[in-house]
Amino acid sequence: MSTPTLELRNLEVAYTVRGIDREVLRNISLSIQPGEAYGLVGESGCGKSTAAYAAMRYLPRNGKITGGSILFEGRDMVTMSDAEVSTLRNSVISMVYQNPVAALNPTIRVGDQVAEVFELSGKSKSEANKLALEALVKVKIADPEKVMRRYAHQLSGGMAQRVVIAMALASNPRLLVMDEPTTGLDATVEAEVLDLVRELRRETGTAVLFISHNLGVIRHMCDRVGVLYAGALVEQGTTADILSNPQHPYTVGLLRCIPRGGLHKNTDRLETIPGSPPSLGLHFDGCVFASRCTLADDRCRTEKPEMVEVGASHIARCFHHDQAPGMARNIEGASQGLSIRTKQTTQSGDLLQIEKLSKIFNQDGHKVQVVNDVALHVAPGETLGLVGESGSGKTTIAKMILGLTAAEPSSVISINGKKLARTLNKRDVADVGALQIVFQNPDQALNRRHSVTRIVSRAVERLAGLNKSESDNRAHELLSGMRVDASLHNARPAQLSGGLKQRVAISRAFAGSPNLVVCDEPTSALDVSVQATILNLLVDLQKQDDTSYLFISHDLGVVRYISDRIAVLYLGRVMELGNAETVFNGPHHPYTEALVSSVPAIDGSQRKRIRLEGDVPSPANPPTGCVLNPRCPRMAGSGVEGLCTTVEPELKEVEPGHFMRCHIPLDQLRATQQK
Amino acid sequence: MKSFLAKRLGLSVLTVGLAAIIVFFMTHILPGDVARQSLGRQATEEDVIAFNKLYGLDKPLLTQLFNWIKDLLSGNLGVSMSTSRPVSETLIPALGYSARLAGVAFVLIVPLSIAGGIIAAMNRGKKVDRAVTVGGLSAAVIPEFVWAVILLLVFGVVIRIFPISAMPDDGNGGFLQSIWHLLLPSIALLLVLFGYIARITRAGVIEALDSDYMRTAVLKGYSRRKAVTKHVLRNAMLPTIAVVASQIPYLIGGLVAVEMVFNYRGFGTVLLAAVGGRDYAVLQSGVILTSTVIVSFQLIADILFAVLNPRIRQRISE
Repeated sequence: MSTPTLELRNLEVAYTVRGIDREVLRNISLSIQPGEAYGLVGESGCGKSTAAYAAMRYLPRNGKITGGSILFEGRDMVTMSDAEVSTLRNSVISMVYQNPVAALNPTIRVGDQVAEVFELSGKSKSEANKLALEALVKVKIADPEKVMRRYAHQLSGGMAQRVVIAMALASNPRLLVMDEPTTGLDATVEAEVLDLVRELRRETGTAVLFISHNLGVIRHMCDRVGVLYAGALVEQGTTADILSNPQHPYTVGLLRCIPRGGLHKNTDRLETIPGSPPSLGLHFDGCVFASRCTLADDRCRTEKPEMVEVGASHIARCFHHDQAPGMARNIEGASQGLSIRTKQTTQSGDLLQIEKLSKIFNQDGHKVQVVNDVALHVAPGETLGLVGESGSGKTTIAKMILGLTAAEPSSVISINGKKLARTLNKRDVADVGALQIVFQNPDQALNRRHSVTRIVSRAVERLAGLNKSESDNRAHELLSGMRVDASLHNARPAQLSGGLKQRVAISRAFAGSPNLVVCDEPTSALDVSVQATILNLLVDLQKQDDTSYLFISHDLGVVRYISDRIAVLYLGRVMELGNAETVFNGPHHPYTEALVSSVPAIDGSQRKRIRLEGDVPSPANPPTGCVLNPRCPRMAGSGVEGLCTTVEPELKEVEPGHFMRCHIPLDQLRATQQK
Repeated sequence: MKSFLAKRLGLSVLTVGLAAIIVFFMTHILPGDVARQSLGRQATEEDVIAFNKLYGLDKPLLTQLFNWIKDLLSGNLGVSMSTSRPVSETLIPALGYSARLAGVAFVLIVPLSIAGGIIAAMNRGKKVDRAVTVGGLSAAVIPEFVWAVILLLVFGVVIRIFPISAMPDDGNGGFLQSIWHLLLPSIALLLVLFGYIARITRAGVIEALDSDYMRTAVLKGYSRRKAVTKHVLRNAMLPTIAVVASQIPYLIGGLVAVEMVFNYRGFGTVLLAAVGGRDYAVLQSGVILTSTVIVSFQLIADILFAVLNPRIRQRISE
């Protein structure tokens, strides 16, 4: 084998927190060959970003390398001078970041920022500008001359990431480090960016260190994978091997947590990993995973396991790797008979009914219709999934239902047949309690100054009309029912982990025995193992009390698992509505088809990508005819192009319970999609 | 951009106009009789009536206001009631003196405070940082007139490095000479403003240093120093500009007190004398000139802010 492009050899990194060194990377050894793509996976706090930045020899202010070496083509970067490292960064190693808009300087034109890379390597200003333009052309950005003159805030996330990639590839690097490059991007944009990276890699043969928490993306992008847990590399092998034949208990558990096609809340409970990830820099005598591992014995707790060969170029750091694939499933039982509902809904039929829901925002004198004539209904105990990319109007719809944003006067929102006022302050307490929300980010949704009990009991007091001591008791009951340990009831939110915070937020939402809870990306900020426990909890609560959910998520796997029916939104319109499995299995609306096909599958069974050309049009100036027509992957050759470009289709029932807003006949869609 | 400028300019004129009206009524609320004050105790009732007629003080208030504003618009600042000479003869030279002092103070304060803030931010948590932040804050809690007296005593009387008067003896002197005389009063103002401006600059620089784009710059291959000058300063200066602009009124207020201590025939001294002598004409016109200066600097800061910040610039051009 030739000299690896990058080799981490027994790398140890520590962060100094309040004067104490905390180990963040523990004895990491890995190597990446020229042209190879190596993926690092793991949950938050496992050290994957630290490893990525360490490959650039860039650590936070309180970070330091406490041992080992970082070899770039055999030269140790740890002992290099700052100037030498700068030269490497400018010429042969580059990085692509998670948040591309923030990675660009807000006050310097994008073109100048790309040109800087060339200027740094000694090119003249005009030559650098010319090369910057070429670099932007290479990443297939639309209208590169114009983009050159823009500022970061004028770019969409996908465009900004293309710019960052252009900047990274400008110097023809031999190593490209990508830290969660598509996290936060919409599914179709993510797919495009990933395609671009693959294509550019084919041309240049750059070695890649790819960091992601998304195993599907890793499967799609990487030749080999390393799994990090608590700063230690616990398993490494070819991507296919690791994802289909994991040998370390952590990897096995991690893969089992993920809601994947075929699993549904009605039939399957998600597996979880018991316990929670260790806090940063904890010291371990034995295996880092022992405290959460169902296979752990005394030896695991006292002796550090070495990497052992478990297959062809497949290693795992476990004494019991042979038992890992067959280890017992960890399916926690349902919550212990906690009944939230004190009032029983007896009537059948729809719980929530929405008709003609619209929202027009006034933007600098222009009328922008972000939600257009949406009609939806949710039955008691049902979960309606809302799916769509940014700007599709899903959050606005949720806000209008809750009364946080006033819907247009013609809109009708009714619950149990009773029409609700358009704004929250005009609704009575019962209506407010009936509709509750769980937010994406519990950090921002919970009052930091209040104890956990206080947060929940305030809601009980307000919504259930109980007095102080009664409501405190009820709060304890609720929290315990959500498996928030009694010892934590007096804690402040800051002392809790993300998963626990979300449990508190769910307790708060259920304080007033809601009929319907809007879940706005409730698990997006959580790790997959925590996500599974939260999803299980939501399913339990629903089964006990017949609570309905309006579930918003960009993660199609999660939506598919938890939803009974799914509405697919595009530019503020419902494009498709139907049972979860129908929507996913097809025949799909062409937009849904593109959306579903853009998600990289963990098992590698990639379906053919259906591309959407161009960007989402501005809602201020929607296309005439079907709003999808400029980007529609199925319009060409459908025989109804004339209709598509002139008349907006109605949302019509194409088969029982399956609605679509498309001019192309269902049978024709079925036929083309099966090809 | 043009309509933005027009709008801002219009707003500035409106502000000065409102200030004019407020000042007019405020001065007329002041207790005491102008005529009596100017003419002295011996003046007869006829003298007073004649004086009031001469300066139009016998007319209704609104007419007086109208006449005053009409005069202002034609560039006529009025006639001083105590000296009977045109107000401009007193105010314009005084304004020149004050501008010179403010200029020296400004040139001293802004670069030093910003440099202090940058140095503190670059050495976060170290001794230099603490010296700048704690020292700056400690100096700022002492008012400028107290600093002026302390500086005067220490460096003018005891050690005798600096002249005790801000005015050169011959009244004017050479350029360097007059700057030398203005240094001590400027330092008094510097001590008060340094901590504030330096702290805001420090916060801005730290935010920019910790930003993702700074990381990008370093990982592009810039040395830290080069990345700071290329990527940090411009972004860090935005809050600083806003703060400096907001301190201009304070600076002018501070000048009044400092001028008194250093016996400087600037604007502040003249205005203070006008208040004592109930010299409406000087007082009113003086305040109008001051507010014009303040509003102009605010306008300049707004424009500078827009030039440096593409987000604002874009909103303007839309």
